[in-house]
Amino acid sequence: MSHLLTNYYEAASVILFGIGFMNLFLQNNLIKKFIGLNIMDTAVYLFLAAKGYVFGRVAPILTNGIIDADYYINPIPAGLVLTGIVVSVSITSFSLALVLRLYKHYGSLNMDEILRMMREEEGE
Amino acid sequence: MSDNRSFWQRLKGWIDGDEVIIDADKYISTRERKEIAPGEKRVSVEHVRSNNPTLYRVLCVGITLCFIVVMLMVVMDLPMFGDPGSPTNNEVAARYLESGIEETGAINFVAGMILDYRAFDTFGESNVLFMAVVAVLMLLQRDKKNISAVEDKEMAEDEVFDGQDSKIILKKGAKCLAPIVILYGIYVVLNGHLSPGGGFSGGSIIGAGLILYAAANGHKKMQTFFTVKTLTITSVCCLLTYCGCKSYSFFTGANHVGWEVPKGTPGDILSSGFILPLNICVGLVVACTMYGFYALFTKGEI
Repeated sequence: MSHLLTNYYEAASVILFGIGFMNLFLQNNLIKKFIGLNIMDTAVYLFLAAKGYVFGRVAPILTNGIIDADYYINPIPAGLVLTGIVVSVSITSFSLALVLRLYKHYGSLNMDEILRMMREEEGE
Repeated sequence: MSDNRSFWQRLKGWIDGDEVIIDADKYISTRERKEIAPGEKRVSVEHVRSNNPTLYRVLCVGITLCFIVVMLMVVMDLPMFGDPGSPTNNEVAARYLESGIEETGAINFVAGMILDYRAFDTFGESNVLFMAVVAVLMLLQRDKKNISAVEDKEMAEDEVFDGQDSKIILKKGAKCLAPIVILYGIYVVLNGHLSPGGGFSGGSIIGAGLILYAAANGHKKMQTFFTVKTLTITSVCCLLTYCGCKSYSFFTGANHVGWEVPKGTPGDILSSGFILPLNICVGLVVACTMYGFYALFTKGEI
């Protein structure tokens, strides 16, 4: 349990991930579903950033001309978070564009209603 | 299903957007419906969801809570937060930090990492952004298939509104702020190898400046210097430049040709080889993409 309190960044990111995951299940509104997806993305960034930090070290930008791996924090998670942000922006915009087209066609954002109207259109 | 067309014809049809199944309507009408036997109890997610919403909610919360508990147990076994000896701080990070200055010439180790050691990764990211804006353009552009009378009326009203002198605070504020925001974005892009920042963050700031300008002065005025053509040409040129620079450096590096770009003195603005031009390319792609998203989602055209 004390381990959880020390790793509170990771614990918080896991809980945030769970909240986003639950949003995907429970929300019927498509836009709220994508908000849930973005919460999950944010949780992953928090986790990666927490994994890269080391106590007492500085940001990975050359300071005072010191070239020593024990002086800076790990730069790799920063690059990974950057990749994650770019992919999340692209996916969010693409899916919101799809939602906008669905709304123009069916006049609703509710997934159940859209599915019902789709079935009616198919003539079943 | 008998399909006599050749593979090439089918591929062509698929790209042109034909039905995947030939005569889909006929196929659907002849398809046998699966009958549920009266005694058989059918349990599916859809079934529970429509007949018993409370049970569905309880199940969802339960599954998520189980998931969170399992993940928290994993977190308990992770190395301590901020521990210097944790396995993430391995020899890869040490190598980037210790020989980064000598090998890339960038003061910002993250810039040296993403634009030199892992430049292909960043190239893929820029391509993902470009592809996203192209996909949104395909979906949302107002052309002859995607148009409605109501929207046309709203657009015309918007244009009249843009022409009026009604949003004086926004217009004056944007006049003061937009140049500063764009200038700051350019600063962040150009100093990507010296300070925190780089192509992605600087490009987003430039995009925000463009969005501010467009929101204040209307779409018509923005189109005098930024159209679909500008976006396509800028993005494609930047991606090609990126590809060319990196192919060159990989080719010469892998073959030990030895004719490399001079690294310069670390700390100067003109140093660290290809990182500065690559940052500019990435920044332009990101700025165009951000403004493109805004214009497409609000007006349906760039």
